[in-house]
Amino acid sequence: MSRVGLFASLAGMPPQVHDQLARTIETLYRSESGRILATLVRLLGDLDLAEESMHEAFAAALESWPQAGIPENPRPWLISTARFKAIDGIRRRARFDAEQRNLAIHLETRISEVPHEEEEIEDDRLRLIFTCCHPALPSEGQVALTLREVCGMTTEEIARAFLVSPATLAQRIVRAKAIIRDKAIPYQVPDLQELSARLGAVLQVVYLIFNEGYSAEAARAELSREAIRLGRLLLGLLPEPEVTGLLGLMLLQESRRAARSSPAGELILLEQQDRSLWNGDQIGEGIALTERALLSRRFGAYTLQAAIAAVHAEASSAASTDWRQITLLYGRLLMIQPSPVVELNRAVAVAMCEGPEQGLRLIDALLVSGHLTHYHLAHSARADLCRRLGRLAEARASYEKALSLVRQESERRFLEERLRELK
Amino acid sequence: MKYLCFGYYDKSKFDGMTESERNAMFDTCFEYDDHLRASGHWAGGEALQGPETALTLYWKNGKVATTDGPYAETKEQLGGILVLEARDMNHAVQLMAQHPAITYGNIFEIRPAGDMNEIMKASEQRRGKQTLQ
Repeated sequence: MSRVGLFASLAGMPPQVHDQLARTIETLYRSESGRILATLVRLLGDLDLAEESMHEAFAAALESWPQAGIPENPRPWLISTARFKAIDGIRRRARFDAEQRNLAIHLETRISEVPHEEEEIEDDRLRLIFTCCHPALPSEGQVALTLREVCGMTTEEIARAFLVSPATLAQRIVRAKAIIRDKAIPYQVPDLQELSARLGAVLQVVYLIFNEGYSAEAARAELSREAIRLGRLLLGLLPEPEVTGLLGLMLLQESRRAARSSPAGELILLEQQDRSLWNGDQIGEGIALTERALLSRRFGAYTLQAAIAAVHAEASSAASTDWRQITLLYGRLLMIQPSPVVELNRAVAVAMCEGPEQGLRLIDALLVSGHLTHYHLAHSARADLCRRLGRLAEARASYEKALSLVRQESERRFLEERLRELK
Repeated sequence: MKYLCFGYYDKSKFDGMTESERNAMFDTCFEYDDHLRASGHWAGGEALQGPETALTLYWKNGKVATTDGPYAETKEQLGGILVLEARDMNHAVQLMAQHPAITYGNIFEIRPAGDMNEIMKASEQRRGKQTLQ
């Protein structure tokens, strides 16, 4: 995907590089660059230097492998070459910058250390992820940095997905890197005491990225796939229940993508979706992961949300959905992550199994408490329940209130349609 | 991807430098430019003669008019343009952030090159040109 594009823009390939070799190196880049970058970050202690030297190492491969042949172990060759390129780079900078000289001496000593064993390399990716998601960085910086350094997306690709200019996105990354440098944030996996909290931050970034990709647009949808890839990577490195649960949740939500909107881009609610369009493989894997997470008994909010999604996924139709289970699960979710939005979702589930009157009572109480006054989904849920109870004037008023608050165009059209249907 | 880097400098500051200071600046900057070339990131570039050598053309009252000097008088002057080949915007930033010119107070404005391909293709079609793509 994006890494192939990055690679193509490397310094013009020497004429003696045959197609076959070039393709081999490209494949190597696609599969190894993430890992190699992470290791170099640990060895060099600097993201920019790691990026620069890694790409110089690949350029060196393009130059020397045509004659010398592909080394038996390409990865150590590349890492070793990158280390030497980094030393060259530091020496070059140090020549004209006195301040850099001390840094150069320090780094050269560090780089000369023998690299650690193979097992350490997987830890390197984890270190990089935790660093990119460090709480000292602003949330948008964490997201941008993770997508660029861990997922290998270009600044432009990320900017397109988030609907900002490349310069704006570039700034987020520059600032994030500066904070890492200025606060001397170490490239480390947090120790046991901190791990749980820090993991929460990482999972939040992953889920944020996933949600950005919710819309149907190709550039944005790619983000959801990237988040799932990240989730798999994380799971391989840190098989914690909530990591399992989050991956399950993402797969289950992603499984419905094809059914979520009509070809014209109209929003289709869960109960109206054509379930034959749901992705069976993703559902199967999502359910298996969710069950695994639940069995651990150490699960949290993501796992519970996954469980709710799994109940929906297992229902062959909206009518046959086990709403009682869903209500119970929302109740449990509220116990560990109380939030008005979760209360709202629970109210909707209650309406499905105890009747619209009960659900409406809960939603009205929520609105009275003032928490969801500006949340369009609260008003649209209320409108829907009023409609089912035949209280059409109230339904109309609530749809209009929802319309005054809605921001997404597809949701607006949906609400307008619902309003039209009332008349 | 191509990025254009516009280098601005303060002329009074430049004029106020001693000859050895100026030479040191040139040496470090040219050395870095060479490094950019060697590493395949230099896709072109030129220094510019001073703004007093510029001639500006524009349309006025139905014909071409000219003025001596640059279009815009700015405190800092445009001293040169560099066309950079970089993986993405942040890579371009990384490359230029290391340019010694900055340590001498020079300013770099980095702009991604515009992609006119679609517009050009449409224009070629309108003008009846064959495009073998």
